[in-house]
Amino acid sequence: MAVAGEVLLSGSQELHVLAVDDSHVDRKVIEKLLRISSCKVTAVESGSRALQFLGLDGEEGSLGFNGLKVNLIITDYSMPGMTGYELLRKIKQSSAFREIPVVIMSSENILTRIDRCLEEGAEEFLVKPVKLSDVKRLKDCIMRGETEENRGRRFYKRKFEDDSSPPSSESSTPSSPSSPLPLPPLSAAPFACDLVATSEILSSPHSSKRAKLCNSD
Amino acid sequence: MESRTLRQQIISMRQSFFDEEILDGQFTQLEQLEDRDNPNFVEEVLTLYFRDSTALLATLEQAMETVPIDFPKVDKMLHQLKGSSASVGANKVRNEINKTRELCQETKVEGAKAAFQELRKEHDTLKAKLEPYFHQLRQAGSAESAMRPR
Repeated sequence: MAVAGEVLLSGSQELHVLAVDDSHVDRKVIEKLLRISSCKVTAVESGSRALQFLGLDGEEGSLGFNGLKVNLIITDYSMPGMTGYELLRKIKQSSAFREIPVVIMSSENILTRIDRCLEEGAEEFLVKPVKLSDVKRLKDCIMRGETEENRGRRFYKRKFEDDSSPPSSESSTPSSPSSPLPLPPLSAAPFACDLVATSEILSSPHSSKRAKLCNSD
Repeated sequence: MESRTLRQQIISMRQSFFDEEILDGQFTQLEQLEDRDNPNFVEEVLTLYFRDSTALLATLEQAMETVPIDFPKVDKMLHQLKGSSASVGANKVRNEINKTRELCQETKVEGAKAAFQELRKEHDTLKAKLEPYFHQLRQAGSAESAMRPR
């Protein structure tokens, strides 16, 4: 089945990121962070502009103005008009776009806010100011197809599998045996998404992501 | 010879910003984003920052002079200013914003006004220090590219 991650693994394709932030300074910085990380970027100043770009303000279709599919949406939380949370909800409610990973950025490290966003399906919650290492980590996650959608499926599959069955490399993730990228062992991975994948089975959904965020002050 | 002195000046100016804690690690993050395509990225970001912050401070000044002060409105603006200040690594400015915000949240009018003046001072100091720094950087940049073999 077609998953965002599969498309990305053909090396020549670049991630196209839609960045949403009402602050000029932050928009400029996030755009640069993404460009340096070899992503195509479209930066807009509001949630409504973002929806316009996606064509969600009337027409369906995941193509932006220039026909580029959006692979990731990264948005500020506190914006006048539509907040990042509201934008997240609209995207997750849309059949055309709900598969696109959405990352929330906020200068405020508020647990209830983080939880709310993760509950609503946000991929990640980044505390501002965003660093290059955050963007690199994020990009790696997306490129490996380690998104909420895939994690959800993988978790579901594991839940009903025998304990005796081997960890499924044939599961519904895009990292198929034919992929050129080797799968790192989950326990060794430094990235948040892998941490969540292993601990999800054992504990509450967002505690490890939260723990990581809170400890990184 | 001349460019070496210039570079030394730049290095010590820059170091003083960190020693005096007027800038923090986020500024270094921005520096790491500069490349050949964008050799003046940091200056561009800071220029953008000062354009917005100067306007915001003017609005804040007015708001602080209004009787009674609309504290929620002031807080919102301070939050905005804090965000962009943090994004460029303006450490002392950010600290003064936090102090001002706290006093506003406690509706301590006189304290908040005094803190706001401190905030303005730090902001203007930062601007005054960065302007010659970027000027020197540009000079060094053009000197270097003049020396670079074609």
